Amino acid sequence: MAKKIRVLIAKPGLDGHDRGAKVIARALRDAGMEVIYTGLRQTPEDIVAAAIEEDVDAIGLSCLSGAHMTLFPEVVRLLRKRKAADIVVAGGGIIPAEDVPKLRKAGLKGVFGPGTSLADIVGFFEANAGRSG
Amino acid sequence: MTARRMAATGSTSKLVADLRRGDKRAAAKLISMIEDDEPEAREALRRIYRHTGKAHIVGFTGPPGAGKSSLISRLIKEFRKRGRTVGVVAVDPTSPFTGGAILGDRVRMTDASQDPRVFIRSMATRGHPGGLALATFDAVRVLEAFGSDLVMVETVGAGQSEVEIAKRAHTTVVVEMPASGDAVQILKAGILEIGDVYVVNKADLEGAGGMVSNLEQVIPERGRWRPPVLRTVASEGTGVKEVADALEGHWRHLNASDELAARERARAETELRGALAEAALRHLAAKPATERALTRAIGRVANREVDVRTAAEALLRARR
Repeated sequence: MAKKIRVLIAKPGLDGHDRGAKVIARALRDAGMEVIYTGLRQTPEDIVAAAIEEDVDAIGLSCLSGAHMTLFPEVVRLLRKRKAADIVVAGGGIIPAEDVPKLRKAGLKGVFGPGTSLADIVGFFEANAGRSG
Repeated sequence: MTARRMAATGSTSKLVADLRRGDKRAAAKLISMIEDDEPEAREALRRIYRHTGKAHIVGFTGPPGAGKSSLISRLIKEFRKRGRTVGVVAVDPTSPFTGGAILGDRVRMTDASQDPRVFIRSMATRGHPGGLALATFDAVRVLEAFGSDLVMVETVGAGQSEVEIAKRAHTTVVVEMPASGDAVQILKAGILEIGDVYVVNKADLEGAGGMVSNLEQVIPERGRWRPPVLRTVASEGTGVKEVADALEGHWRHLNASDELAARERARAETELRGALAEAALRHLAAKPATERALTRAIGRVANREVDVRTAAEALLRARR
């Protein structure tokens, strides 16, 4: 059986806008991936616990509240603590350009600000979450 | 095994040892390896099989939107209060067009995700019919070896063809909701033969009483077990204790009678026949020549040169 890419799409923090996350979940599904969707208002601890149980290849985080500089790096830190640093983390939302290098430095492999195309996001997960690595 | 997985899991015996210690990462990796049909997974399953067989396996079926995930979420909490360790395998459909899937049952189960005594896994059907994935019950075995003493399996819930769960679980719960059909719909839906416990969820909505009495009229007794019809409002937690009591009651009933042995035998037969069919297909498809012959035969069937059964038998004869 072919290996499937498994991706967790999660919304950390308190904003209640998950339309973007759902659009991305659907695009990844249409690209043949298995997408685990965990819904709104997840703590970084919840997200990492789910990612480990689901054995995902990657986590896509969506945050529109402005708290991405705290929440995104916290997910990376907890993954390292649980010895699951092989899980790729990407994040998107309303992210100012000056935050992008900081997030990359914090361990996010992909950072997607407003205006990113769906094709770019799908391409990122195909390239970075494959199971041949 | 992929390099990434090898790095994360080490050898098969280490993986099994970690699993037996209650390591979630090991359990999760092994389930993925089973889903991807890796040879090491079969070796691991061979090793853990003797550590399984003590857990109570409960299947949940019923139409999409009836509230299976919400009910399971509440039951996780209730059974944790009762000191049980709980595993969940929640199955959602794979798109037949893209091969992808959105697995969304966890949305309703997030409260339990940090409890070390609860393990929840989402699973896509990957083309397997009957509301389950091929790997579902192997994953159940993994959760048993991990230490879960109650494992709940949530089927896709397509409705009318989900008999497999009843053959493989100890207790089958059929979750319905008000206004999902009259008595004739219930009769033809094929759910009457499979439920050990019936739940009418969303019982605060109009029509709940009618649904309950419709079900009570038509549900047959199952040996000395009379399947109860219970009302819940899973979103508020109402009636969940009674469902947990009914599940424990049915488990006691199975253990006190010879029915548990009969069910285990039926389960073994279903699984062995399934494995045999799968092994035969794998054997048949093992040679590239078969693949080429298959491609040719598909063309001939499409052009009406030969009918499907004749072509299949010819392929089988050619393989021998």
